[in-house]
Amino acid sequence: MLPFDDVTLMMAAMAVPLITAVFILLFHKTPNLREGATLIGAAAVALIVWSLLPGIMAGERPGFELVQVVPGLSIAFELEPLGMIFALVAGSLWFLNSVYSIGYMRKAGEPRQTQFYICFAVAISSTLALAFSKNLFSMFLFYEVLSLSTYPLVTHKGTESAMKAGRVYLMLLMGTSIALFLPGIVGVYVIAGSIDFTPGGVLADAQATPFVIGGLLALFAFGIGKAAVVPFHFWLPAAMVAPTPVSALLHAVAVVKAGVFSVMKVVVYIFGIDTLTVSGANGWLVYLASFGIIMASIVALNQDNLKARLAYSTVSQLSYIVLGAALATATSITGGTLHIVMHAVGKITLFFCAGAIYVAHKKTEISQLDGIGRLMPFTMAAFLIASLSLIGLPPFGGTWSKWFLALGALDSQYQFAVAVFMISSLLNVAYLMPIVMRAFFKPLPGVETGTPVKMAEAPLTCVVPLCLTAIGCLVLFFVAEPVADLAQLIELRADGTQTAGSTPPVLGLNANDR
Amino acid sequence: MEQLEAFATHYNYFITIFLMVAGLYIVIARGNLIKKLVGLSLFQTSIYLLYLTPAKIIGGTPPIYDPAYATYSNPLPHVLILTAIVVGVATLALGLALVVRIHEAYGTVEEDDIISKDGQL
Amino acid sequence: MTAVQPHLPILLILVPLFAALFTAFMRSGNAAWGLTLVASWVLPVIAVSMLLEVIGSGQPIVYELGNWEAPFGIVYRVDTLGAFVAVLVTVIGAVAMPFARLSVACEIDAHVQSWYYTMYLLCLTGLLGITMTGDAFNAFVFLEISSLATYAMIAMGQHRRALVAAYQYLIMGTIGATLYVIGVGLLYVMTGSLNFYDIADRLATMPPEQLPSVITAVGFLVVGVSLKLALFPMHVWLPNAYAYAPSFGTVFLAGTATKVAVYLLIRLLFSVFGVVIDLDDLPILEILIVASVAAMFIASISAVFETNAKRMLAYSSVAQVGYITLGIGLANQSGLTGALVHVFNHGIIKTALFMGLGIAAYRIGTCRMTDLSGIGRTMPLTMGALVLAGLGLIGVPGTAGFVSKWYLVVGAVEQGWWWLAFLIVLSSLIAIVYIGRLTEVIFFREPTGAAAEAKDPPWSMLAPMLVLVLATVYFGFDTSWSAGIAATAATELLGGIK
Repeated sequence: MLPFDDVTLMMAAMAVPLITAVFILLFHKTPNLREGATLIGAAAVALIVWSLLPGIMAGERPGFELVQVVPGLSIAFELEPLGMIFALVAGSLWFLNSVYSIGYMRKAGEPRQTQFYICFAVAISSTLALAFSKNLFSMFLFYEVLSLSTYPLVTHKGTESAMKAGRVYLMLLMGTSIALFLPGIVGVYVIAGSIDFTPGGVLADAQATPFVIGGLLALFAFGIGKAAVVPFHFWLPAAMVAPTPVSALLHAVAVVKAGVFSVMKVVVYIFGIDTLTVSGANGWLVYLASFGIIMASIVALNQDNLKARLAYSTVSQLSYIVLGAALATATSITGGTLHIVMHAVGKITLFFCAGAIYVAHKKTEISQLDGIGRLMPFTMAAFLIASLSLIGLPPFGGTWSKWFLALGALDSQYQFAVAVFMISSLLNVAYLMPIVMRAFFKPLPGVETGTPVKMAEAPLTCVVPLCLTAIGCLVLFFVAEPVADLAQLIELRADGTQTAGSTPPVLGLNANDR
Repeated sequence: MEQLEAFATHYNYFITIFLMVAGLYIVIARGNLIKKLVGLSLFQTSIYLLYLTPAKIIGGTPPIYDPAYATYSNPLPHVLILTAIVVGVATLALGLALVVRIHEAYGTVEEDDIISKDGQL
Repeated sequence: MTAVQPHLPILLILVPLFAALFTAFMRSGNAAWGLTLVASWVLPVIAVSMLLEVIGSGQPIVYELGNWEAPFGIVYRVDTLGAFVAVLVTVIGAVAMPFARLSVACEIDAHVQSWYYTMYLLCLTGLLGITMTGDAFNAFVFLEISSLATYAMIAMGQHRRALVAAYQYLIMGTIGATLYVIGVGLLYVMTGSLNFYDIADRLATMPPEQLPSVITAVGFLVVGVSLKLALFPMHVWLPNAYAYAPSFGTVFLAGTATKVAVYLLIRLLFSVFGVVIDLDDLPILEILIVASVAAMFIASISAVFETNAKRMLAYSSVAQVGYITLGIGLANQSGLTGALVHVFNHGIIKTALFMGLGIAAYRIGTCRMTDLSGIGRTMPLTMGALVLAGLGLIGVPGTAGFVSKWYLVVGAVEQGWWWLAFLIVLSSLIAIVYIGRLTEVIFFREPTGAAAEAKDPPWSMLAPMLVLVLATVYFGFDTSWSAGIAATAATELLGGIK
């Protein structure tokens, strides 16, 4: 779409948000120019990221090395399908989120908006760099930059509780990454001699024992705290003190998806799915992720605060993706990848709605939402659509990711995981639907039933983005195929013989022989 | 008997060790800043002995070449210790100067009193 | 240049020594500062050209004083490691000098300012001498020159506690130096030589029954030097000394003094004893590792509970020295490279951090946490740089600190010691806590009192700090000058181990 080669585009995608940040700083005295810079930057990033897509679909793998830090440890980038999908999600949603932020931040009268937009831009830049990473070191570097740049966003309110949440956020994310993720990287470096993402996995030929592989997997699964695998999930509910646009983009899309994306990438390109299934070292993670899915859903049932309920729902949904990675079959990887997209679009809609309700009516608890659907019909309709998508009902995007995940579970040795998906879908219904029912069917307090009420929606800049993402949920049901095609381009094996869609040999048995 | 002989022929080493340990003990055990410096000096002095003992050869003369003499003492340790003495004197002077200043600032040279005046350092 | 070239090792020592002589007779602090500045800016040129020569030729520079060849005369022998540490010391001195003028003018009485610069130059003389010399006793003399100057520098602090801190340091430092001399004496008795490399040669042919005396000497030497480098639990002098010394004193000493002592330890362990005593048979390395791990945790935890930011960073220095000695204890290529590169990285990071606090002291006259609250809002450049340097201390990737940690963790894993790798990274978490606490205080609290009136300092103070902070980031990406040279030096040193 843009007349540049792919490497230039990749550099531009990472640089444009940073340049935007500089302009935001320059225009800090004139809010209109400042927000204009954000919008132009975000639009440019979306355009750039989409321009990268045709090349990837055509099988190109553009990449470049920025600098070698020490021998074997370099900052290098290479774009492959998984990273492409993640970059598309983060890059496109930044634009919608920026529109939404402008409406939200102005209406809510938040302080220090310049700092807010700058940190946001830096966070997006590091998210894209993380998506483009060619090796574990680059990934780790931008993972930490992402943690640090979002810390001021979490503590944005400046209250004592925000500071406390910020401490939990930073300690948990940086703590797990330095204490576990880093030793994991060193372990791979020492055992395999390389930390580059390689189709088939660098550990495939390393002759490591199942115990070592399982241990390394644990270092990554827990070390990548952003994936919110139980028991390192509690930073996510704590981070909900942030302004809602932050929760929407960072804690439904960029930050948490950076976590599951990293897990997915490590499983596919560092371990290699065959290494995991043959050694059986992934079993414990399957059980743990399953437990996380169910447990977080049950906890979500008991939350009265809307954002807290959505946060626990996110914890549960992230574990879907981790489970998809842990099952380590071609289909489950496709399903997990799809779920990165579907959940991102659905959950950002839900957070947008929660924020819209807050700015329009200052309501944060679910018990206060009686009849609010009559005041905010567009918002609550979007909420309904996104909920249905998350539950996995057709005709919404979430259907497909659950479908592939369940198929992947059937392919694997862990067929009970199908039941986990089904039970958790029921739990999704149980914690999302009551909100919608309350909003539409309960009477508005203080208003006679049957009397017409005047619509009181949030500002247009809030409502339009959330309607667009809700429509996105619907559209994704019908255009899921290109996304799935892209996900199936992920090179699962070194020789490229079997790409996603067919079943890998499990303990010597191939699905075709069965 | 053997031990006694070892002691008798190596007695200057034992004196060295005694001075060393005594000096160190004074530094640790005394609370008076000046006494500490005395201990420190003693500790340093023991080293002079340690160096000089093996350097002096019985019957040896200063190493000035002369056909009349065949045995010389080793001059190098003597020179080294000359340097060490200079260093020791400088240290002691600086230490005492500090004690004078501490006395001006606190009105005491007892460690316990100083700590009680400033709270735990 | 060609005429001077052969004499560079001695010039590195004579330049600051003679500058010290002149400044001692100057009355005006500014004039003394001017001369010191000139001297400090000449030195890096000398040190860097020596480093280039050593790397270029692959051979150490040997300089025989008075043309007396080894082992009869004192010989200066500059190898990669020595030149590397000399470059670090001179560069930190050169960068810190512009900072010094305002800081010293504000904290030191006018009539002793020139003497303060004299002390600084003498300290520099001693430190550089240690990196140059190949003679064990000569190293002791330089050690004491630098130490005595340091005691005087610390005693010039504004608070009366500085006197007590200097006295404490004097007692501990002298005990350390004396233990070192005992070790040297024993070695001399056993080998009849004082030249490091000559001793190593003679030890190699020594009959095994004489080794116990040598091992005793190793004990004395290691403990003596450990006192100087503040290895846990011999670190008690350091927090007070750094906390109450004048800002410029802390800035300079934190980056250089312990590092040079580390150099001496490495020189002894690898160049002298590594040749003969199989370091794996002696528990010295194990003891070093245990002490280092204790330093990493206990000193870091002490830092968390400090209420004075300067003391907090001083405790952090003890912990960081622990990382360095840990790398020495690992005694493999990656570990030793990690130790050496951390000498370099921690040198620049900690100097930058103490400069930040020195600037705070210049503006508001104190470094207590409570007085610093909200100061980031009024001094955004300084405090932003401080936090960036703090990230380097934690070892966040993209900063120099990460490179050191990487080598250390790789070194531990290569030994098969996973537990140690985890201890290294876990102790970094404590650094997150205390740096996080400092960040919270200076950025996320409302400014009160003097902090509300403060503003960023003049460029002469700010620029040196920014240079070092940028270096912290730069050496997180391009490590050819830090880790590259450290790796070369480590290979040279490990060549000596059986």
